[in-house]
Parts: sequence; structure tokens; C-alpha cells
Amino acid sequence: MVENRPWANMFAHTILIIGVALVVFPVYIAIVASTHGPGEFLRGTLPLLPGPHAIDNYKAMWNTGLSRAGAPPAGQMLWNSFVMAMAITIGKLSISLLSAFAIVYFRFRFRMFFFWIIFITLMLPVEVRIIPTFQVVADLKMLNSFAGLSIPLIASATATFLFRQFFMTVPEEMLEAARVDGAGPLKFFKDILLPLSITNIAALFVIMFIYGWNQYLWPLLITTDPDYYTIVMGIQRMTTAADGDPQWHLVMAAVVMAALPPVLVVLFMQRLFVKGLTETEK
Amino acid sequence: MASITLEGLKKTYAGSVDAVKGVDLTIEDGEFVVLVGPSGCGKSTLLRMVAGLETITEGTLKIGDRVVNQLEPAERDIAMVFQNYALYPHMTVYNNLAYGLKNRGFKKDEIEKRVRIAAKMLEIEDFLERKPRKLSGGQRQRVAMGRALVREPAAFLFDEPLSNLDAKLRVQMRVEIKQLQRRLKTTSLYVTHDQLEAMTLGDRLVVLNAGQIEQVGTPMEIYARPATMFVAGFIGSPAMNMVPVEYLHARGANGLLDNLPEGTDIVGIRPDDMHLAPPEGTHLIVESTLQLFEAAGAESHLYVNLADSDQPTVIRVSGQPPVAEGETLRFYVTRDALHPFNSATGKRTGD
Repeated sequence: MVENRPWANMFAHTILIIGVALVVFPVYIAIVASTHGPGEFLRGTLPLLPGPHAIDNYKAMWNTGLSRAGAPPAGQMLWNSFVMAMAITIGKLSISLLSAFAIVYFRFRFRMFFFWIIFITLMLPVEVRIIPTFQVVADLKMLNSFAGLSIPLIASATATFLFRQFFMTVPEEMLEAARVDGAGPLKFFKDILLPLSITNIAALFVIMFIYGWNQYLWPLLITTDPDYYTIVMGIQRMTTAADGDPQWHLVMAAVVMAALPPVLVVLFMQRLFVKGLTETEK
Repeated sequence: MASITLEGLKKTYAGSVDAVKGVDLTIEDGEFVVLVGPSGCGKSTLLRMVAGLETITEGTLKIGDRVVNQLEPAERDIAMVFQNYALYPHMTVYNNLAYGLKNRGFKKDEIEKRVRIAAKMLEIEDFLERKPRKLSGGQRQRVAMGRALVREPAAFLFDEPLSNLDAKLRVQMRVEIKQLQRRLKTTSLYVTHDQLEAMTLGDRLVVLNAGQIEQVGTPMEIYARPATMFVAGFIGSPAMNMVPVEYLHARGANGLLDNLPEGTDIVGIRPDDMHLAPPEGTHLIVESTLQLFEAAGAESHLYVNLADSDQPTVIRVSGQPPVAEGETLRFYVTRDALHPFNSATGKRTGD
């Protein structure tokens, strides 16, 4: 659109700037707060400019954590979160790619039935099935383990559904051409379908990684061993220190560190991510 | 190189829809056979059955001496060119051509050699490193052909390969396909709904209607002696005119219709066999009113209604005759231009 209306332009920009400010300000506060010493927060006014203690705070958080609040070092919690998020992401992607492949390209009994069963689970978020899931995981002795953290979250109707929709837009002749070219089902999947869905995979990778990273309730329930604490639930533990005030400057340092990996993932995958959500290569 | 033999081939879809109702056909080694018919006549289904993309409900399909009913497409030693080309969008042209060979376990230098030869033949050498997305329609078409070519299969199967091209390119590719097939002498089966394409490409034509063969023959045989009213109407453009014998009798037949084969109650007349000037020898004279005059360069089409019957009829004449719409025209038809049919059976009655 080419328009020349300066007032409308200014108005639009004002709205946008206000919107950005609303989103960015709390993040800024968190960053600023993580650079001050322990006493600053008890005075009742939040400082708006960075303080001198940034390196000390981050070092303390990364190496030792808040042992008084029962939180292990942030470095370890970040690693735990990363492992869990990656396991969930990769697991979700591979399972949903394969199940979408089966549903779209194979004719078997109760095909549509299975599709609808998968689809219906879309309506059941983790929170709804959390008690039975906990029971299952506990019976399988998977409490306090990476398996317990990630496996119950791997099944994904959303990704299956999205891949199914994408596969259905791939022209049928593509499969037929591959068959004439001597490619069996798995070869077709590997050589044709996977490369074609690469942008979709990237987009879902970002979404799933953030979903996995932000898991809070589930890790909180099944981990009692600090070795398996994830950063998102760890932060919650830090704020509910049993005695005394929460160490806000350290908590904020942990918060900033927890927010970084998803940002990095989005930054690195941005090009593919946007492509995957908007265009298809056909 | 091999012949293809179809014996009583049938295809029934779920819900007992008969798409192909028993087709017997032999395609000789090196022959170019065109399947032609209106949409929904089963021609594509038949081709896909030969390719192995559709299962065969009944009958036997042989390629060479092998019965291939149960074989996967890749095992049938055929190559197929699809209507929308079905190129792999993420692979370069080179890899598109090489993919089938790689899957068959060819050596790298052999693949390289074959791809280069095919690319040279189709003049796509300059695009080998490009992705199909960056090619024009005609170039994609060539790549699709190249993919069939490199395999050096026993038979080529074409599924309306030219219908996505513009008119000019279509004519050009048609000529190239014909020349290529002449040179390679590979048995080919070609599906189209375009009767001009069918006439010009095929060594033999197979006219299909409603899942059955109406007529098999060389293009000129079929044009000169259509076996059924359907073939008469389908092959040739504009379509053949059908005039009831009774009507011609009533208009005064000069005894010309006396020796028509028994059972003839309708005759077909090609638009180009209706002359505006009286020919030598005995002939019919029919009067009509000109409804529409269509000038098409070297020739003109006259859309007329026959006098006292309102039956629409098309006449093709060369050049532009001096006629005006609404004028009463007289045209002349000789005996040998009449194709006798029986309207109840739809079959030709003789001659």
C-alpha cells in the first residue's frame, strides 16, 4: 500500500511504539534488576538504570544458585531445561511426521478413526490429564529422570495435524513419479517428503522448543531431585524462599538467563520459521 | 523395447463404478499409440493401470512376455510423463533426472553419462544445476521428458503431457515428442483429449468412450471411416454433421440414397464435404439458412440451419466466400461423402 497521510502514519506509529514499550518494559526491568546488589529492592522503589553488580550476580547464579531456597546452580538447570526441550521437540517432530505420513499415504483399517482419535487429544492439554499421567510415570519408575520429563509430553496432535495438512497439499503425482522412479515408501519419505517439509519442520521446531522450554507444571510435579530441576520451575522455587525475602537480584539474573535460549532459537531459525508459516515451496 | 498387451482389462472402483469395461489391445514394439476420448472415458485410468499406479480389477497386462499385473511401477520397466510434470521441487534438474537411476543402483559415471545424453537431446544442458521452480513451463516439460528418457525403459507412458502448455508451445513440443519417438523407437502410449494431438502424434489411435474401445486404427482410417457415430462426432473439427436419411429423401434425393446399406437411417457428412458450388456427377442439394459466419483465416466455418428442420449444421469452406448472415444457402454433397449409420445401434452400417 502506498499512501501519503502523515497524520495516519504518526498515529499508527504512536500505537505501535506504545505496544512495543508495554512488552519491552518488564523485560528491561528484569535486566536492570539483575544488575543491582541485594539491598536495592528493599527500599520500595525500583531502580530504572543498570547497577554495578551484573557480573557478580550472574556468576553467583550460574555457579552456585540459591542453595538456601533449594535451587541448584542455574547452569545446571539451564542444561536440564535444554535437554528436556530438545527431547520433547525432536520426539514430537519425529512422531508426528511419521504418523502424518501414515495417515496421509497409507490405506489401512480405521485410518480415519485413528486420525480423529489423534485429533481429539488436541482438546486435552497436559493439565487435564496430569493426575493419571503422573500415576503412569510413577509406576514406570520414571520420576526424577529425563525420560519422565519428556516422554509424556511428546505425543502431539497439533504437529501431526499440521503435517497432515501439508502432506495433503503435496501433489499426488509426486508420489507416483517417485514410485515409477523406484522409490519405496520410506525412500519417498526421506528423499522427497522430508526435504519438502523442511520449512514446516523449522517452524514447528521453534514452536515446540519454546513449548518444551516453558513447561512448568509437569517438571514441578515429577522432580524432587534438584539434579533434574528445570530453570522455569527453579525460578518458582527461588521466589518462595522459606525464610526472609526473595533474593530478587539473583532471581532476575536467572529469569534473564531462562529467557535467552528461546530468543536464540527464534533468531537462528527466523528465516526458515517465517518461510514455513507463510509460503510453501512447490 | 517391448510390446504391451492388454487382455480384457477391467477396472471397477469401490461402489461398483466401472471405469474401464474390458479393453483388449496390443501395442507393437516401437509403436506410438494414442488413447483419445472425452473426459471421464477411462483413458487416464487405463494408462495408470499400465503404469501400475492403479490396480487391475480383471484381465491380464503383459509388457513384453511378462505378465506385470502384480508388479510395482518401478519393476515394470516403464517411464511416465505426468500432466503437471511432477518434478521434485527441491532437487536440481540434474538430480531430478538422476533420481530414478540412483534408486536402481547405477554407477555414478553411468548416471552422469546418461543424464548428459538426455539433457543434450532435449536441449536442457544449461539448466542442469537449476531448480524446477526457476524454469518455464516448456523447460519443465522437457525435464519431465528427460526423466523418462534417462531410464531407457521398455515403454513411455504420457498422461496428457502437453495440456499445461500454451498453444504455440504445445505445437512445438508435439513435433519434438514425435521426432524423439521416431528416433528412439520406444513403444509409447499417449493419453490426450485433444483430437488434433491424437491425429498428428499417433501411429495408431484408440478412441475410447465410457470405458470401452470404440475404434482402433491409423488416424486416417479413423477419420475416413469412423466405425461409430461417437467416433464420427469426436474425431474431426468441426464435428461431423448428422443428417437423418428421411430428411434428405424428403428434400429430393435424385436416387442417390437408394444404395445405402440396409438399416441406415442417418448419414454423417464432414463439414468439408459440403460444397457451395455444384460438383461433377450426381449430388444432393440441400438448402439452409446461414446463422453465423466464422472467418478463421485460411478457412471459414458457416453455421447454418437446414431448411424446414432447424437442425444446426457446420460447413467448412476455404477462403472467405461472399455470404451474409440470414442468407439462404445451397450446398451440394456427393455420394462418397456420406457416412451411413444406424442411429439405434450407433454403428456404421457399411461402406
